[in-house]
Amino acid sequence: MADLSIDFCGIKSPNPFWLASAPPTNSGHQIHKAFEAGWGGAVWKTIGAPVLNVSNRYGTIKYNGQIIGLNNVELISDRPIEINLREIAEIKKLWPDRAVIASAMVESNPLAWKTIIQQIEDTGADGIELNYGCPHGMSERGMGAAVGQVPEYCEQITAWVREYSSIPVIVKLTPNVTNISASARAAVAGGAHALSLINTINSIVGVNLETFELSPNIGGKGGHGGYAGPAVKPIALHLMSQVALTEEVMRAKLPISGMGGIMNWQDAAEFLLLGASSLQVCTAAMLYGYRVVEDMIDGLSNWLDEKGIGSVNEIIGKSLPRISDFGDFDLSFKTVARVNPDSCIQCNLCYIACNDTEHQCIDLKRGEEVVMPGFDERDNGRIQATSSRPFPVVRESDCVGCDLCHNVCPVTGCITMVEVPSGRAPTTWRQLSAERPEVTQDWEAMKRYRAEVGIDIH
Amino acid sequence: MLTLPTSALSAESLEQNFQEVLPALSKREASIEANRCLFCYDAPCTHACPTHIDIPGFIKKIARDNVKGSARVILESNFLGSTCARVCPVEELCEGACVLGSDHKPIEIGRLQRYSTDFVLEKKLDLFKPAPSTGKKVVVIGAGPAGLSCAAELAKLGHAVTILERKPLAGGLSTYGIVVFREPVQVSLAEVEMVERLGVNIKTGVTVGVDVTLESLTSDYDAVFLSVGLGTVPSLGIPGENLLGVVDGIKFIEDTKTQAYSSIPVGKHVCVIGAGNTAIDAATIARRLGAESVTMVYRRSASEMTAYNFEFEFAKKEGIEYRFLSNPVAVRGTDSVTGLECVKMRLGAPDSSGRPRPEAIPDSNFVLECDMVISAIGQEKHQSLAQQLNLETKNGYIVTDAHNQTSRPGIYAGGDCVRVTGDASTVMAVQDGKIAARGIHAQMLEGMVSAND
Repeated sequence: MADLSIDFCGIKSPNPFWLASAPPTNSGHQIHKAFEAGWGGAVWKTIGAPVLNVSNRYGTIKYNGQIIGLNNVELISDRPIEINLREIAEIKKLWPDRAVIASAMVESNPLAWKTIIQQIEDTGADGIELNYGCPHGMSERGMGAAVGQVPEYCEQITAWVREYSSIPVIVKLTPNVTNISASARAAVAGGAHALSLINTINSIVGVNLETFELSPNIGGKGGHGGYAGPAVKPIALHLMSQVALTEEVMRAKLPISGMGGIMNWQDAAEFLLLGASSLQVCTAAMLYGYRVVEDMIDGLSNWLDEKGIGSVNEIIGKSLPRISDFGDFDLSFKTVARVNPDSCIQCNLCYIACNDTEHQCIDLKRGEEVVMPGFDERDNGRIQATSSRPFPVVRESDCVGCDLCHNVCPVTGCITMVEVPSGRAPTTWRQLSAERPEVTQDWEAMKRYRAEVGIDIH
Repeated sequence: MLTLPTSALSAESLEQNFQEVLPALSKREASIEANRCLFCYDAPCTHACPTHIDIPGFIKKIARDNVKGSARVILESNFLGSTCARVCPVEELCEGACVLGSDHKPIEIGRLQRYSTDFVLEKKLDLFKPAPSTGKKVVVIGAGPAGLSCAAELAKLGHAVTILERKPLAGGLSTYGIVVFREPVQVSLAEVEMVERLGVNIKTGVTVGVDVTLESLTSDYDAVFLSVGLGTVPSLGIPGENLLGVVDGIKFIEDTKTQAYSSIPVGKHVCVIGAGNTAIDAATIARRLGAESVTMVYRRSASEMTAYNFEFEFAKKEGIEYRFLSNPVAVRGTDSVTGLECVKMRLGAPDSSGRPRPEAIPDSNFVLECDMVISAIGQEKHQSLAQQLNLETKNGYIVTDAHNQTSRPGIYAGGDCVRVTGDASTVMAVQDGKIAARGIHAQMLEGMVSAND
């Protein structure tokens, strides 16, 4: 069985799955239960300035009946700070092999930070995560995202914390910025030991069509909250890999704790491949309970075994070198779609997607004959409808290899994108711009170039 | 006077036995099922539906909680969508063609359709308005599914439609002939009301040829649509068929639709002659009324049955027994039925229907003891109307063209009176009515154009 244990800037845990700083880590009682379920670590719900919460706090977006996004307006811990500190100490004592990390957020002055850092260190916690990401409630008070969005503040506070602390400092980044690399650089400059991202995304999750109220509805009002869950995963993967590839981060070899929509072991594996060396989870636990970690561990372990990989650490960042600019993609790489008639269920979703919105290169064929959609009005019944139904067939000479049909096909493995020789030497837009700049600037030159190398777009 | 006893079951258990077999889908169930639909393009379910309802279209509207819009999509193609949702042989039509059927479970299209159409029936929503009056008048003879469908389509187009119905209630077989646990009477009557709210004038208790002459109809109206269905079960032609306890299957079903279950006579041991859908319906009703044993007697074998396979399976689950290759030769008894004498049969060479001809095995007679015999061996055709109008017929069915016009211009026909048994179903009748309405409309408009010239 593959070794799942990690060492994250000195913080050890038996597996890479940590509960993120959020409602699931609100109390010692909860985290005890979570550790019993198998979580490798937990980032305590942020402690710091005094707060009061509201109801309602959550809104969701559902697709086909399943929740794909969860939005919240809950603040940092509303339990008195000394209770949190006492429970952190108790949990760390009870679970010495698990990662216990305290998340903190206080006013932006050195004394406030010095005080809380001292208090956290006294608990025996393994590390500190600086919450620079909370997008609502705290940011209006000059904390959370208000810090994370200004690189200078981020650097300054990180430097204060480093000065007062002896345990690892993780800076948690907000995605609500235009260039996350600037935030990452500031954290590096401030002396962070590690980074974590993404925090939640600013969002208004919905409007109630009965009452016109926002969701969540707080006494008739609503506002932006923090968006999380499976829908944010692609955004998180992008931002995390961008941070991982930021030169200063690479040079400082800062590990990254990745989060944002990790619902299962496959999501986890993708985060690891794109540079995460620990993983944080919240929404999956909020929707289904702590038990979700069991299959995260089991699935990841089985997958590593199948791949013949001995340790989770071997796959960290393995796919990062594949991240490239558009300008470096090989313009001569060509694929075409092929539909396997044996597994095709004739739903025609590929046909309509291609014909309405792509390159009109899928035909409906009955034998060799191309037929139009539709049927004789007098036809009916199962046998007539199914026996005469045509199959979608790709006209490969016209297929641009867009991959849409493959994506919309409901049958796994039915449509494959097959690499075909383009007959052209590999080249990229960057090369083309350097070698034949006129082709990239003038349509007439582009037309001549296409004719010359044999690119025909109908 | 000698009568058969009525059911020994309590009123409550009878009520329970005649509840709809499939319960209505809850909003949650409908949403989950609707979300399973792949939204196929040029979908095979739509192709398979004789009325070609845009099925993925209406299902996606359920998924998006636009139930009214969903019902509109259904009723646009099939005004009797609520009946069809219940009685269609979906395995042979839409659901049988569902692309998910090959390696998974087809979408429950019938039940989803019922979910949407019941919504508008219960709320009495009118989703269609008649177009401005064209001044044209059409008479429809027979208020069954074909007639109602034709009338609704014509009314939507602005024509004045009168339906003449012989029975006290409109709805045809939906009202009188579909077993209650497949379709309650109220559903059929709610559809009738929806047709009436479009401005269609339905006159019940009117027999054409008795209360009103055919000639007056052809002269008073711009077009005629015949949807007269079929008649009673033909006589068995065997000794003893007039004994007390021998009943007509169609009448037996009708009683359960119009009378209190506790007042309907039913035997303890029942034999049903025939193996079509009506025979199975009569058999299941007898069982649910409390018959201890119900035996279906059919002169051919299981593979020649005309009943739908799902009906056959349903009957088996209901505890109904089958005697195949058995042909009744006499009903035994003095005043009332005591048994059904049959002769054993074997299958010979194919007959004109292509099915092997059953032949009697000499000296193989046997008696099935019973106190009730239900005859469901098909229905007679209403030949007289066709004859009076001098319409071309084939095997007793009225012959029509692609527009459902009969051999006589201006007279159209549809439903069971044009359709050879086996092909006949409510949904086919609805489509017949639709096609005829289109033909009538085109013909009358042509008349209007030439009149304006």
